[in-house]
Amino acid sequence: MSDAALPAAPAKTESPLKRIWQEFAESRLALLGLAMLVIFLIAAVFAPFLVPQNPYDLANLDILDARLPPGEISGTGLTFLLGSDGQGRDMLSAMLYGLRISLFVGVTAVALALAIGALAGLLAAYVGGRVETVIMRIVDIQLSFPAILVALILLAVLGNGVDKVIIALVAVQWAYFARAARGAALVERNKEYVEAARCLGLSRTRLLLRHLLPNCMPPLIVIATVDIARSITLEATLSFLGLGVPVTEPSLGMLIANGFDYLLSGVYWISLFPGVLLTLVIIAINLVGDQLRDVLNPRLKR
Amino acid sequence: MQAALVVAVMSVLVFAGIYMIGDPLAILASPEATELDREQIARALGLDRPVWEQYLRFVGSAFGGDFGKSFVFGQPAMKLVLERMPATLELAITATVMAVLIGVPLGLYAGLRHETTAARTIMAGSVLGFSLPNFWVGLMLIMIFAVQLGWLPASGRGQTVEVLGLHLSIFTANGWKHIILPAITLGLSKCALIIRLARATAREVMLMDFVKFARAKGLNEKRIIGVHILKNIMVPITTVTGLELGALIAFAVITETIFSWPGMGKLLIDSIVQLDRPVVVAYLIIVVLLLVIINLVVDILYSVLDPRVRLGNAK
Repeated sequence: MSDAALPAAPAKTESPLKRIWQEFAESRLALLGLAMLVIFLIAAVFAPFLVPQNPYDLANLDILDARLPPGEISGTGLTFLLGSDGQGRDMLSAMLYGLRISLFVGVTAVALALAIGALAGLLAAYVGGRVETVIMRIVDIQLSFPAILVALILLAVLGNGVDKVIIALVAVQWAYFARAARGAALVERNKEYVEAARCLGLSRTRLLLRHLLPNCMPPLIVIATVDIARSITLEATLSFLGLGVPVTEPSLGMLIANGFDYLLSGVYWISLFPGVLLTLVIIAINLVGDQLRDVLNPRLKR
Repeated sequence: MQAALVVAVMSVLVFAGIYMIGDPLAILASPEATELDREQIARALGLDRPVWEQYLRFVGSAFGGDFGKSFVFGQPAMKLVLERMPATLELAITATVMAVLIGVPLGLYAGLRHETTAARTIMAGSVLGFSLPNFWVGLMLIMIFAVQLGWLPASGRGQTVEVLGLHLSIFTANGWKHIILPAITLGLSKCALIIRLARATAREVMLMDFVKFARAKGLNEKRIIGVHILKNIMVPITTVTGLELGALIAFAVITETIFSWPGMGKLLIDSIVQLDRPVVVAYLIIVVLLLVIINLVVDILYSVLDPRVRLGNAK
């Protein structure tokens, strides 16, 4: 019976999406960011088909090709467009694979942090009382510590590995989402549609997940976008310190770290190019996030 | 009271966590060491006792200010960390001062003349300052100024002078040469933050009645900007800068590693790598204490700078 209202829902959500897109497209800078992001995503997903050399296959590598400057040709006739690294790996190939890992870690960590944080925040706002006090106190305490330090210590305890980096990133970031979700839910909780849903006798779970959650999403999406950039930077930083991803799966941060050893002897390309790529990714995400914030902010509605 | 609870919970978590990191014996004892040697080392460091006993002994001595001896250096862990602290604080404070001195004027300008090209350039620059990965900036600075141009040293702290019992490098020319690159690296994103904050506040304050009144009174523009607007901008700047100082000290871990700056952040990384548990614990305790003190000082400063806050508290 209550399902009768649902079929209308998809048709309704289509027009706001269109409106959001139109408003988003008003900024050329944001469109540029989005275009860059799409290209990076495609490049990362299809990296195995795009790269001239499989950087993980040791049989492909020749130590004689190590540290060749950009444009040089390897012993097997391969052109190193962006030079080669200390093991004779083609930098471009290594960077695309690195981008894959960086993006995967960033997106997965934020998705998990969003899920956990949103749930905790909604629960805190809706149930209230002691549950709220406990959850929000944990959030407060955690946010008073610098994220980098918490992640650093967690990884020191957990050890290296892609999964462990994701755990550490989720652990330091869920609190942002919890706080934002609670704030949004406190506002939404008193609106009429929630009351109406409650009068219909919907279960608490259904009310929370089907009605309250979707309406709290806009601010969370904005935070999530910017947070992906933050996650990627944090992962790169941790990997740079040797506490992130393992050497066998180098992310962009790891590649930069590898280049650090050669930097003082003037071999600049190993650190320079992965860093440029990393910066471009972060700028693209921030441009999209900035515009999303303006579009989804109800206070700036024209 | 709550702070005490936090510290207690922290100590258990940290201890449990640190306890799980690898086996210090594997690193400390040489590969040729016999089983007997290893047992002796374990006994000397108290590693042969059960976990809970190690924890109780740790808490007991922690109250006496003793955090155990470093496994690697054989010196009290707390002493090691405290010895390195001035270097880190010097770096963090230099970076903060530089960020404020550069960020406030730029942000103020961007806020007051927000339609000009210069203002747009400043804002674009601040977005870049935000987006650039901190550690990569450090590497690129080394590449440009130390390797290519050879103007500045890439690592170390340079000559230090003893001032009030502390060894500081900002009082020697050589020390300045060493601190400038790490300080820029550390301060860059803070500078971007301050620019944005100063610009947003300046635009808000400009529209307020007291500015209009000052103008109506016939004060010249210099005085309005230099005294009335600047004073109001400094309130949020001080708060944010103060709160960010804690994050800056934590971030110094990376900067210090890149530039081999002998501060406590580098000590932390070295200790994590070498599984030197007491030093890691001592570092964390010191940083938590620093964070608590910084928050307290910022709270007090805030009410001193902004009388409205005091009224709000008295309700």
